[in-house]
Amino acid sequence: MSGAREEILGRIRTALLAGGGDAGLARKEAVRPALQQDPVTNFVDKLKAASASVTRVPDLPDVVEAIADYLQHHHLPTALVIGNDPPLPELAWPADWELARRPAAGDDHVSVTGAFAAIAETGSLVMLSGPGHPTSLNFLPDDHIVVLRASQVVAHMEDVWALLRARDGGMPRTVNIITGPSRTADVEQTIQLGAHGPRRLHVVLVAG
Amino acid sequence: MALTAREFKHQAEVALHDVNLQRALAKAKGGFVAKRRAAVAALPEFEEIRTAARAIKNHTLANLDAYLEQFERKVEESGGKVHWARTPEEACETIQGLIGSEPRQVLKGKSMVSEEIDLNHALEQHGHTMVETDLGEYIIQLAHERPSHIIAPAVHKTREQITDLFHTEHPKYGLTQPVTEVGAIVDEARQVLRTKFLNSEFGITGANFLIAETGSTVIVTNEGNGDLSQILPRVHIVTASIEKVVPTLDDMSTLLRLLGRSATGQEITSYTTLSTGPRRADDRDGPEEFHVVLLDNGRSTMLGNEFRDMLRCIRCGACLNHCPVYGAIGGHAYGWVYPGPMGSVLTPLMIGLENAADLPHACTLNGRCQEVCPMSIPLPDMLRALRFKEHERRITSARSRGALRAWAYLARRPRLYQAVTGLAMRVLRQLARGRGRFRSLPLAAGWTGSRDLPAPQGKTFQAQWRRR
Repeated sequence: MSGAREEILGRIRTALLAGGGDAGLARKEAVRPALQQDPVTNFVDKLKAASASVTRVPDLPDVVEAIADYLQHHHLPTALVIGNDPPLPELAWPADWELARRPAAGDDHVSVTGAFAAIAETGSLVMLSGPGHPTSLNFLPDDHIVVLRASQVVAHMEDVWALLRARDGGMPRTVNIITGPSRTADVEQTIQLGAHGPRRLHVVLVAG
Repeated sequence: MALTAREFKHQAEVALHDVNLQRALAKAKGGFVAKRRAAVAALPEFEEIRTAARAIKNHTLANLDAYLEQFERKVEESGGKVHWARTPEEACETIQGLIGSEPRQVLKGKSMVSEEIDLNHALEQHGHTMVETDLGEYIIQLAHERPSHIIAPAVHKTREQITDLFHTEHPKYGLTQPVTEVGAIVDEARQVLRTKFLNSEFGITGANFLIAETGSTVIVTNEGNGDLSQILPRVHIVTASIEKVVPTLDDMSTLLRLLGRSATGQEITSYTTLSTGPRRADDRDGPEEFHVVLLDNGRSTMLGNEFRDMLRCIRCGACLNHCPVYGAIGGHAYGWVYPGPMGSVLTPLMIGLENAADLPHACTLNGRCQEVCPMSIPLPDMLRALRFKEHERRITSARSRGALRAWAYLARRPRLYQAVTGLAMRVLRQLARGRGRFRSLPLAAGWTGSRDLPAPQGKTFQAQWRRR
C-alpha cells in the first residue's frame, strides 16, 4: 500500500520518542541450557523422547543394511525417493532397489536424506533446502529416514547458526529443524503421530 | 470477524451452561498446566532465559523501526517482497491483489493475524476457496466457528462432535463411515487434506518470528501442515504483525526455549521452519514467489503508551491455560479473536474499549497469568489500567462510577469509614437474622444471582486489629 510503509515507520518513531515499557533491562549474552550428557548421547535420548527411532552403525558401508532392516521391519517397499546430500552419494545401494532422486510426490512411501547438522539439546535434525535436498522429502512420505554422522551433532541451536553463517551461499530458501515425526493434539489433547507429515522418523547414526 | 465482545456477560452465561463445552474444557485444562509445569521444572535455566528473552524483546521494541527496515532489506535481498498494512482492510486488499481476481484454492497454515484481519471472509468474498490445513483449524472451519484458543483452536470440541462433523462433511470425498477413534479421525483429515495440498497454487502461513538478520519468517508447528502449505504452492504469502521481529537467529533460539515449554510443555515442537525468500535457481521444489504482509493495526500506538509491554507477547497461550475465567467459559465468550488474559488486554486496544468494556473485568486479579507468562507481561496491571480508563472515559455505568466515587470518599476518611462499615455490619447481621447468609440483596443481584453473600460475623477487621 502506498504510504503505509512510511506511515507505520513514522508512527513507530513517534511512539519511541514517547517511551514506555520496562526499558531498563540490559541485553546480555543469552544462556544456553547445560547438557546433562555428552552431545551424541543427549541427542539420541532426546530424539527417542520425541518418538523418533535410531539405529547406530559403526561405518558408512553399514548404512544400507540398517535401512534394509528398517524397511523390512515396517513392511515397507524398497522403492525410495532420495536426496543427494552428503553422505548419500557415497552409499552403495542394492541393484534391485528402486531409487528416485527427485522431489517427493504425494504417494511416495519412504524418503532418505542427509542432514546439515543435528542439535544435542533438543534431539533435532537440521535440513537445508537445496538441489540435493528438496524440502518435500522431509514432509510428504510416510517414513523419513535420515543418514547422519555423529560428528554432525552440535550442542545447541546457536551452533547451527554459526555453521550456517560460515557456509557459502548464505541462507537457503528453507531451514527445517525437525524433532520427531509429525503430530497433533487437536482432538481432545490426545497426541497422535502422523498428522500431515511423516508418520515415522528414523535416524541412521554413523559413528565418527 | 463478527465482533460480539459487547455480549460478553451473556455469552459467558451461555458458556457456563454448555455441557459439551464444559466437558471439553475439563479435559483440556489440567493437561496444559501439568505439561508446562513439568517442562519448566526440567530446565534449571528457565528463569535466566526468561529474563534474557524479556531483554531481547525490550531491546527490539526500542529499536523497532530499524529492525523492521533491516528485515525488509534482507527479504528483498533474498528475492522476496514485504508489504506494509496499516489496517486489516489494507492487509486483505494486498493479499487479494497478490492472488488475483480468478477464483483460486488457497491453503492456510495457522495464523492468528489472519484471524485478526478476517482474511478468509475477505478472500471468500472474491470467490476464492480457503482451506484451513491445521487439524484444529480445519475442524472449526467445517463447523463454521472461530478458534477458541490461540494454539488449540478446537479445544472446545469433543471427539463426538468431531466424529459427527466429519460424518456430515466427508461423504463427498467417498468417506462414508463414521470415524470415532483419535487415530482414525486424524487419518481421515490427512487423506482429505493431502489432495488439497497437492493441488493449490497459493499458500498462506503466519509467523511466530521474523528475523532481521536474515529476512526469514519462522513458524513453530507440530503437524507439518504449515510446511506443506508453503513448499508445494507456487506462491507463499506470510501474514505477520510488526512486533514479531527479533534481531538475530540466536535471539530466536532463546525465545524458542520458552515458547514450546510455555505452550504445550514441549522442549521444542516437531517442526521449526525458517523461510527466506522464494526457491533458489537450483532448488527443485519450493515456492516461486515469497511475500510478507506486515500488519500494524494499533501496535505502533501501543508502542508509545503504557501497553508497550504487551508487544512482548509471543502467543504461547499459557495465560489462557492458567486463567480461571478462561477455564470456566472457554474462548468464544470473549467475542473476538484473542481470548483469555492476553485477549482481554489486546481486544479493547484493537477494537476500542467501548466495544469490549466487559473484558478488563473478566479477571479475578489472581496474578497467575503474569506468573506463567514467559515474557513477564504485567497482564493484571494492564487490565487494571484499562478499568481505570473505562472509568475516566465514562464507559462504565453511572451507577458503578457513583459507587466508586462514594467508596473513594469513604476510603479517604478513616473515621467515617470505620463508623460506616461498623454500622453496615450491624445492619447486615440484623437482616441476616441468624441464617448467616443472603440469598438476595438489593443492588447486589450481580453477586447473589449465582451465589449467596455471607453475612458479616464478629467485629470489623480494623476493630479486631486495634484490640491486638
